[in-house]
Amino acid sequence: MNDRFDRSRRHTASDLSIDQEIIAGLVGEGARVLDLGCGDGRLLEYLINNKKARGFGVEISSQGMHACIARGLPVYHGDIDQGLSDHTDAAFDYVILSQTLQAVRRPQFVLLEMLRVGKKIIVSFPNFGHWHIRWQLLVNGRMPKTPMLPYEWFDTPNIRMCSILDFQDLCRQMDIHILEQIPLAAWGGLPRSLIKRHLLGLLPRGVANLLAPVAVFLLEKGRE
Amino acid sequence: MSATVIPDSHATGSVGLVTTRTVTLFAHGSPMPLDSGASLQPIQVAYETYGALDANQDNVILICHALSGNAHAAGRHRLDDSKTGWWDGYIGPGKPFDTNRFFIICSNNLGGCDGTSGPSSIDPNTNQPYGLNFPLITIGDIARLQRALLDHLGIRKVLAVAGGSMGGMIAMQWALDYPERVAGALIIASTPRLSAQNIAFNAVARQAITQDPDFNLGNYYQGAKPERGLSVARMMAHITYLSEKGLHEKFGRRLQNREHFSFALETDFAVESYLKHQGSTFGKKFDANTYLYITKAMDYFDPFPDPETTARRLQPVHARLFVMSFDTDWRFDSSRSKELVRILNLHQKNVSYQEFHSPHGHDSFLLPDHEYQRAIATFVNRLYEERRRLISSVGLPV
Repeated sequence: MNDRFDRSRRHTASDLSIDQEIIAGLVGEGARVLDLGCGDGRLLEYLINNKKARGFGVEISSQGMHACIARGLPVYHGDIDQGLSDHTDAAFDYVILSQTLQAVRRPQFVLLEMLRVGKKIIVSFPNFGHWHIRWQLLVNGRMPKTPMLPYEWFDTPNIRMCSILDFQDLCRQMDIHILEQIPLAAWGGLPRSLIKRHLLGLLPRGVANLLAPVAVFLLEKGRE
Repeated sequence: MSATVIPDSHATGSVGLVTTRTVTLFAHGSPMPLDSGASLQPIQVAYETYGALDANQDNVILICHALSGNAHAAGRHRLDDSKTGWWDGYIGPGKPFDTNRFFIICSNNLGGCDGTSGPSSIDPNTNQPYGLNFPLITIGDIARLQRALLDHLGIRKVLAVAGGSMGGMIAMQWALDYPERVAGALIIASTPRLSAQNIAFNAVARQAITQDPDFNLGNYYQGAKPERGLSVARMMAHITYLSEKGLHEKFGRRLQNREHFSFALETDFAVESYLKHQGSTFGKKFDANTYLYITKAMDYFDPFPDPETTARRLQPVHARLFVMSFDTDWRFDSSRSKELVRILNLHQKNVSYQEFHSPHGHDSFLLPDHEYQRAIATFVNRLYEERRRLISSVGLPV
């Protein structure tokens, strides 16, 4: 799993956002991948070109659809629920939900469906336990806004905010096995040399919850 | 509407003046086998082409028409033609199927009545029109004849096959039957199979035709034609091509050339008058037997009847497939397209699906829409660019 910090790979992945880069590192070679909310298809294209993945994206926006078709990617125009129900059990090696969990109406259902169609699933989300968010609420007494969560409370698509600790609780409750959890130190889109992000992985849980604005989880169904 | 054709076709985005050509295939040697077990010989095919064929033949797009279409997909036959080809909004310089880049072929389907052999053609054995002696045909037979036409034109591979409604079925058939020849398929406002309701509509249309007193068991070419039956069939089908909302927005409850109800069996409403006009125009120009044969071919279409057949048929398919639907289409609504996508996904085919918003129901696939046009253009251009890249990377002459 150390190849995700490989320098040359990071270079070719420079178009990816920081959490996409981490996700790409988690996906094995030649895997079959379902990317839920694949946006402009950048991650999916990278996985197909650099990881020999066979992939399929699900995207709701027509701009995203257009970008994916222009990249020659197979993509399904629809919401995540629909994009999942079409597939049989364990049809994919990895099902990816990047920066979208916080916007789904039924996160538990989506996670269960992801675990059904995917052997492993990768989830990244903005961490609401991050100090900057806590600080804004504490000092200003108003709903926090960050570069990643720029919306006003009344028009935000992000209706299911959680912290890293909250997500860990949910995994335990749903009997989801956490294979890897990677808290990221930089906001998506910021220069990634800013902070040595992988140092955070060594920090105690509560500290990561305080310092990481984003987290990536590699998960699978709990084995009873 | 009077036509104004500006000579500089590039400025107008029109392919300009075009002619339908005909060729006789299967004239000698073995006849074309049909799925029914019968065979046919000779077969005349009417077709049009637009744009220029590349030296490598890597820019061919085959356009498949729907039930009532023909080979005339773009441009005009005469300068004073009031109407352009049936997909003129999509074929031409700078249009989604860009004739500056692609070589476009469209032929009249087997069984048709616009230049390709069908029930109204002369049976060489009797020197009379075939009528109901014409063999029943399938979507597979239609694709087989198109392939024979391409063989005749010396074309091995097509970059993309595209069609809406029944044309989408033909495009799907191509991807299944000639996987080594097809790089991409656009299956628009279509379905993997007709539902009972779809078949029911076709059945009523056929009843309307065969119950017409002039039908004469399909042997009507010397006398009065079953125009009334065909017209009723078309009127009913036409309703299914439009959305309820679209139809209501166009006509509402408006009365036709009158202020008050007639309180008689007259054409009170504008929508009645419109349908009558649509029906009678169609009844005059289209062949009733063709309508019977082509609706039958649609009813029979079912490439994925069971899991074993589906797996066997899809196994060699490697074309990139783009399934498209429209949110107000109820003839073949989006769920039918999704049904197809689900089948293709189960077998891990390279498939994309997009639904477009349009108020125009099933007919949306023929009408201009920016998002839809952009999607088609993006898909075929990507296929083309990949093909060019492949050619330059393996060192073939470009």
